[in-house]
Amino acid sequence: MLRRTAKCFCCNLVAEIEKKITEAFEVFDRESNKTVDVREIGCIIRSLGCFPNEAEVQELLGQIEVDELEGFVHLKNFLPVMTKVLLDKRFWPIPEDVILHAFEALDENKCGYITKEDLVKHLTENGEPFTEEEMEDMLAVALDPETNTLNYRDYRIKLVVDESKTFPFNI
Amino acid sequence: MGSGSSVNVQYKYSLQKSENAFKAAVLIQQWYRRHVARLEMRRRCTWRIFQSIEYACEQDQIKLHNFFSYLMDQFTPSSSKERDFISRMFVSGESYKEAELEKFCDYESIEVPDSYIGPRLSFPLLPDHATALLEAFQQKQQLHARYVLNLLHETRKHLKQLPNISHVSTCYSEEVTVCGDLHGQLDDLFLIFYKNGLPSPSKSYVFNGDFVDRGKQSLEILVILFTFLLIYPKEVHLNRGNHEDHMVNLRYGFTKEVMQKYTVHGKKILRMFQNVFCWLPLATLIDQKVLIIHGGISDTTDLDMLEKIQRDKFISVLRLKKRKESSRKPEMQAINGERESGSDAAGKEAAPRLSLQPQSAQAPSTANRLEFSRWLRQTVQEQIDTCRRLVDISESEPEELTYSSMVSLKDVDEPCWTRQQEWKQILDILWSDPMPQEGCRENKVRGGGCYFGPDVTEKFLEKYSLQFLIRSHECKQEGYEFCHNRKVLTIFSASNYYEIGSNRGAYVKLGPDLIPHFVQYQANKTAHMLTMTQRISRVEESAFRALREQLFAHTSALISAFKAYDGDNTGRITLSNWATAVESVLRLGLPWRMLRPQLVCSTKDGMLEYKSWLDELAMEQRSQEHIQSSLLEIIYRNRSNLETIFRIIDRDHSGLISFEEFQQTWKLFSSHMNIELTDDGIDDLVRSIDFNKDGNIDFNEFLEAFRLVKQCPT
Repeated sequence: MLRRTAKCFCCNLVAEIEKKITEAFEVFDRESNKTVDVREIGCIIRSLGCFPNEAEVQELLGQIEVDELEGFVHLKNFLPVMTKVLLDKRFWPIPEDVILHAFEALDENKCGYITKEDLVKHLTENGEPFTEEEMEDMLAVALDPETNTLNYRDYRIKLVVDESKTFPFNI
Repeated sequence: MGSGSSVNVQYKYSLQKSENAFKAAVLIQQWYRRHVARLEMRRRCTWRIFQSIEYACEQDQIKLHNFFSYLMDQFTPSSSKERDFISRMFVSGESYKEAELEKFCDYESIEVPDSYIGPRLSFPLLPDHATALLEAFQQKQQLHARYVLNLLHETRKHLKQLPNISHVSTCYSEEVTVCGDLHGQLDDLFLIFYKNGLPSPSKSYVFNGDFVDRGKQSLEILVILFTFLLIYPKEVHLNRGNHEDHMVNLRYGFTKEVMQKYTVHGKKILRMFQNVFCWLPLATLIDQKVLIIHGGISDTTDLDMLEKIQRDKFISVLRLKKRKESSRKPEMQAINGERESGSDAAGKEAAPRLSLQPQSAQAPSTANRLEFSRWLRQTVQEQIDTCRRLVDISESEPEELTYSSMVSLKDVDEPCWTRQQEWKQILDILWSDPMPQEGCRENKVRGGGCYFGPDVTEKFLEKYSLQFLIRSHECKQEGYEFCHNRKVLTIFSASNYYEIGSNRGAYVKLGPDLIPHFVQYQANKTAHMLTMTQRISRVEESAFRALREQLFAHTSALISAFKAYDGDNTGRITLSNWATAVESVLRLGLPWRMLRPQLVCSTKDGMLEYKSWLDELAMEQRSQEHIQSSLLEIIYRNRSNLETIFRIIDRDHSGLISFEEFQQTWKLFSSHMNIELTDDGIDDLVRSIDFNKDGNIDFNEFLEAFRLVKQCPT
């Protein structure tokens, strides 16, 4: 319905969003045939600036037609769903202070750091558990090898991506 | 409030706490996964950048050939100097006859001083020689020219006896190890030997081409491989790659490496390598079931033809662009190395008598430009024909050949293949790439070979009762990759090919069951110690530097493209239009909207001030501040081509060309590229890069001045 109005800001915006989604999609399109492996969808959604959790990714996938046999998703099915996600500004980035509070919630003694054991326990047994690989990768960067603890304030600063200011219209 | 309710409170509290912990975990995981996804995107984009720039460079080669065609068609030199210069460009030099080769590249007269502490080789070679060489190269020693030449002569003798397709059987040595491109990266070869063991009667190896170029130790790799080849001829097998080709070497570094390491005998050594390369076998077959070729196949690949071709006739597989139809006489095919004296097949005009020297005595006066230019065109044409003959590139349309011309070239009982068809067979197996789509089409990106689809593979495997193909030629992030339903395996052994941390190398082992086992590695301690994030950052930095250089090199075209979106001349365009414009100019097929945050730092209201953005890019590149930025841009854009042309002119491989030659080159090139530059402009250029020594220009220095300072590997 929006598209009927020629040259309005909204149309340009939608066109732009679609272009960006297509670009991101094509980066994962190994065979250059407008399909990607369904397992990469989460990655694509996140690289477009969204912060869905696993449950939300699955929910989105539920809305997209997936080729059951081969396990791939076609751009034409992904595009409208993803465009709506961006237009609705869903899965907005997690603000810095919320992440800080999340770490603090795991830091029982409120001392500013979490031990490796606690971290592993929380993140591999709780929430939407990390795989072994994910845990290892995180520890490799996050852990201070001398004390075997994670100073979450420092870590968070290292990783913060300041895109929330312009998300998702950072086109 | 009894004890019951306090339990309740406690219970509620701990329930709350675990709920909080759960939520917190979810948040952290969510946030972290987003970070990882972003990294993954960056990693893939970086990879795309490197690949697209690499392939764009290869496409440059086509442009270079266009330049030569242009020279033939358009240029009218205005002085005898220019005339000489052009003819020099096309005279490739000595012939490749065997006796002359032995004489010119003789080694026996070369004395090895007592002060030489490197390995001394004697023939026949023994395993001790190999270990001595490995140790010497690890200590950065250099093998004396005499031994290099001796080794090359012996290698050539050995290779001549080998068939085009080597046959390997896994019943003799239980396992065969196949390695892919090494590209002069000696550390990777050392790593392979360290992990897998040296070649020996119980350890077979197949090295699948592209031993040279790009890396800085191509020479050492060849010496080692040839040594092992001679010591263990049954166990070591080498395939020719597309870089085992002197025309390619001119551009991609091997020629330069040899000349820098062997200032006195370099030319001889290069000549020998040229010859040895064309004697390398074209393919290897394991147990009649697995075919190993460097590039790939096409829908016309014919193993029977490949087996029978005289492979040494194809010194270089690169070919010059087809000339325009208008004024050309049909090309004659000729047998390599022999001077044709106007033999003509039925229906063809006699080719003019050829010689290798410019026929300066017969030149008409330059006063009559029309006549002169006609004469020049003919002379240049002759020289090109000669040149082509020497590199054995044929230009005829296949349909134009008459039966008699074919007969005059080959023995009657040999099959009637044309030189053209043979050449295509070799080109295809050295230069082709697999593609996911079905079919077979020309590989325009590389300028040679085909893109072949899974159906082509299927048919080919069926025709020759093969199980799968092993090829190399393309860099893969994990060092290896399957495609075409696991029927095609790409194996690439040069780790950190684009940059430290960019990719792993790999080799594959096959036992009698022919099930592949892979070993991956990365030949750099630094790479191991970096975290994934750091590795990606480092490679990314390198990729973006290269990309910014590309952008800078197209400044003028970009400004025009941007202006098209800026009708009101505000100096600003939307970021969306920026992306479209950049792709239209650079044509690299990159996801510009994803890359934008790294390329464009400051925007205002979603708009970009393009002029100042381009100025910022220029600031980064300006190593020579006193040179006009447009000139700089031109040089950057054409650097590889310029280098190749310089090397062709520099026939004695000294690294020096005269000031006039430099001027000539520049003038020719700029007229071809429609670049406006006055003679004064060139003088300014030369003067400002103070490299003029005795009227000679060290063009290596010239080019270095425009090379970005690469991060030194630590």
